[in-house]
This record gives sequence, structure tokens and C-alpha cells, in this order.
Amino acid sequence: MAAILELEGVCAHYGRIQALRDVSLHVGEGEIVTIIGANGAGKSTTLMTICGIVRASKGDVRYQGASILDKRADELPALGLCQVPEGRRIFPRLTVQENLDMGAFLRRDADGIAADLGMVFRLFPVLFERRKQHGGTLSGGEQQMLAIARAFMGRPKMLLLDEPSLGLSPMISQHIFRIIRNVNEESGVTILLVEQNANMALKLADRAYVMETGAVVLEDTAAALRENADIKKAYLGQ
Amino acid sequence: MDYLFQQLINGLTLGGVYALVALGYTMVYGIISLINFAHGEIFAAGGYLGVILLSYMASQGVMDNHPWFGLAFALILAMGYCAMLAMAVEKVAYKPLRSSSRLSVLLSALGMSIFLQNGLMLTQGVYDKAYPTEFTHGGFEWLGVRVSFMQIGILAVTGLLLVLLNALVFKTRIGKAMRATSQDKVMSALVGIHSDKVISTTFAIGAALAAAAGIMVGLYYGSVRYDMGFVPGIKAFAAAVLGGIGNITGAMIGGLIIGMVEILAAAYIPHGGEYKDVFAFVILIGVLYFMPTGIMGENVDDTRV
Repeated sequence: MAAILELEGVCAHYGRIQALRDVSLHVGEGEIVTIIGANGAGKSTTLMTICGIVRASKGDVRYQGASILDKRADELPALGLCQVPEGRRIFPRLTVQENLDMGAFLRRDADGIAADLGMVFRLFPVLFERRKQHGGTLSGGEQQMLAIARAFMGRPKMLLLDEPSLGLSPMISQHIFRIIRNVNEESGVTILLVEQNANMALKLADRAYVMETGAVVLEDTAAALRENADIKKAYLGQ
Repeated sequence: MDYLFQQLINGLTLGGVYALVALGYTMVYGIISLINFAHGEIFAAGGYLGVILLSYMASQGVMDNHPWFGLAFALILAMGYCAMLAMAVEKVAYKPLRSSSRLSVLLSALGMSIFLQNGLMLTQGVYDKAYPTEFTHGGFEWLGVRVSFMQIGILAVTGLLLVLLNALVFKTRIGKAMRATSQDKVMSALVGIHSDKVISTTFAIGAALAAAAGIMVGLYYGSVRYDMGFVPGIKAFAAAVLGGIGNITGAMIGGLIIGMVEILAAAYIPHGGEYKDVFAFVILIGVLYFMPTGIMGENVDDTRV
């Protein structure tokens, strides 16, 4: 399986604080890979560094075989690399429809956009009902659906998801995880998923990385990690 | 009653001009949280380019034969020129400071304002420059109210520009990108919006509106001066704050209110005319004191329309 994304010895800093230490990981095309770990382990920073929002101070990030470190963040969606960031980041005073339009900002294929809009409204009918409301007026679960739908509107090849289950009821979380699996299986979208809910993440993913204090400490298949005694104790609450 | 109507028409004219200038303040503030002190100078530059173009066209006889064409030509050229001037200012004075503290950028804006004002003085002289206004005469009486064609023209152009701006901001792709960028720069980068371009465009649009206002003020009062940007600039800023800084509809409403108050106060308060410049600042202080978010301001956090 060819790697679509590779990180090699990536370091990143916030001021003088080192947030990432020599992070190396790879995601194969069509895979679902998850990064689990506690708060402050560097999971979100890893995603933000891949997307060029946080600048890597060392190491390399390669996407589809080429380094993307010299690219601006806003050049990456055109390459099919999209992120649903931590905290959803809905545009609060754009309508739901306009938020979705922004997801397709770089696309010019009106027919394709219309088709994808129909697709996300079928996946999340509540967004269709609320399409004229401001994004900021949606509930947490609806905002998460909108954030994911907005990313789908960019027709990504690879989707980075940061804590899609945060603050959601188990039922809505499961709904969202099912949709993530579907888009992976049916459209072949590669997924890199950051989660604190290790239980759900490891059930969904093919492979997983465990991060602690800015570094990758463990890497294995998701199935193997679910049986790993340390992981069970530290992250699965068993 | 006729007198009141007369004053209301005058107030609407002046208020519309303030609204055009206020939009530039509020849009730039909305997108990079900067009070662009050099905005008044862009307005003055528009007024000057207008006088230069119109005088030239008048000397060539264009204004006698095709006055409306000449005016439209001067207006469009000044708007384009000032848009480019503002983009250059942004590139030189603000963009390098994008990651600096807000105070640094504010000081840079003040410096830019002084630089541009002195530039105007050095190149255009310290004396008033008279607008060629022969073609602006004429008008009609309606219900006892005297309305000049120039006033009608100013009102029409102001109204048209406000409608066009609304359509641009709320209906077009670049307008959506502007609003998205002002609400969340990180997320707008993640959907592929190049924020530098959007910021530059915002400056250009605000400057074009200010340039149009500069020409119309020149025509209305009959002359321009190198420091003409200062007081209207601050009044327009007061209008933007009154409307809720960062809010486009607010700037339009604020501009109209400030213009109306100024005209009505001058007309009805004894000696009000001598103090007409004071009222805008009284409103500014009152708003900052009692209602800092302004009329349309939703919140005072770091996300703005």
C-alpha cells in the first residue's frame, strides 16, 4: 500500500515549548489510521503541522510523495488534503449553506458541487432543515455534522479529523463514526483520526499510533492495540 | 416643515458620504482588527484626483458637452486609483506587521496617515483647490424643498454603491471569503482561502468607496484641501463605532445617523453651526461609554463580521 502521507522526524514548537518531538508516522492510501493519546500529547498539533498552520521546525511532511512543508495552508485543500479541526470551527455568522459553500471554495465544477451538496444533505438531513440558519446557532452535534459535511464539500482524498466525538452523545458519535467508515469504504477517502475516545477510534481504525508528551510511543494495528494490556489500562479504562 | 425636509435631504446627503467612508474603516477592522488611520487620507486622495481630472476635462470642454460622462469617468478612475493606493499602503505598512502586536500596526497606520497627508501637501500645495462646479448648477423645487441635481447625483451614487457593496459582500464568492476570513482565519485557510488576497481586496473595496466619497464631498463643498481627510475621517470612524465596528450594515446606519445629527444640530441648536463638528464626537464618546458594541455589534470577542 503506497503511503499517501508520511511524517519524518517532525518537531514543532509553540514559542520555546516543544510540542512535537521527532514524530514519524505514515498513512497508506485508503487506510483509516488513528492517533490516540491524552490531552496535550500533541495530537492536534500533529494535524495542524500537517496542514501548515503550525510550522515544523525540523523534519519533513510528504503528501503523495512530495514535501508539503513549503506550501501555505490554503494551498493544501486543492491537493485533496482537508481537515475537520479541533473545536469544529464553524463560521458562526455564515449560514449553514454558506459554511458548506466555503468547503467547496476552491472548486469550480458547479455540477459536482451540487451533487456533493445533495450527498451531504442526505447524510445529514438536519443540515438541510437548518441550511438558512447561522452556523453559530446549531447545537454541538449539528456543528460537528456541519464541520464534517463542509470538509466533504472539498471532495478530499485525505481527511484529517480532530476529535469528531468530543462533547457528543454516544448515539450521535456512533452516527458520525459510521459516516466516516462509509466515506472511507465507498469513496476511498483516506482518514487520519485523532481521538480521545480510544475505544471507538480503535474499533474504526486499521492502524493506530499512541502519542505521549509530543512523541509517538507506540505503533501497531488497531486490533493488536485493543488487546495490549498497557493500552487497555491507560486508554480503554479496562 | 419645509425647512425640516430641506435639512433632512441635506442630512441624508452628508450621512451617505459618511457611510461610504465608514465602510472602509469597518471592513478593515472586521478583517484584521486594525483602525486604519490612513483611510481619511485615501478619501482626500480621491477628492484630489477628482479635482485634477475634472479641471482637466473642463479645460478641454468635456464638461460642457458631456458633464455626466465626465463625472462618471472621474469617479471610476479615482476609485480605481485609490483602490491601488490602499493596496500598496497595506502591502508596505501593514502586511509586514501581520504577526506583530496590534499596537505596532496601529502606529504604522498613524505614520501612514501623516505620510500621505504630507505627500498631498507637498505635491498639491497647502491652499484650497476649487472644484470646477459650473456644470453642477440647476435643480428643482419639490414641496417647497430645494434639491440640486448635484444632491440627487450624490444620493443616487451613494445608494448605488451601498447596494452594490451589499450584493458583493453577501452574494458573491469573494464576499463570502471576506466574511469567512473575518470570522476565523485559521479555518478559512483550511478551506483554501488565501487570506492575504482577501485582506488586500478588502482594503481596495473600502478605498474605492472612500474615493467616491472624496469626489462627492469636493463637488458638494466646491473645494478640497490636503487635510480634508482628517475630520471627515474621524467622523466616519465615529459612525463605524456607532454602528458596531466590523459590521457593514452598522456602518451604513451609523453614517446616516452622524450626518443627520450634524445637519439637524447645526440647523436647530442655537449657534449649532459653529459647533457642528462636535456632535459626531459627542456621539462617539457616548457610544464608547454606554454602548461600546454599537447598534449592530453582536459581541466584543475576537470574531467579527
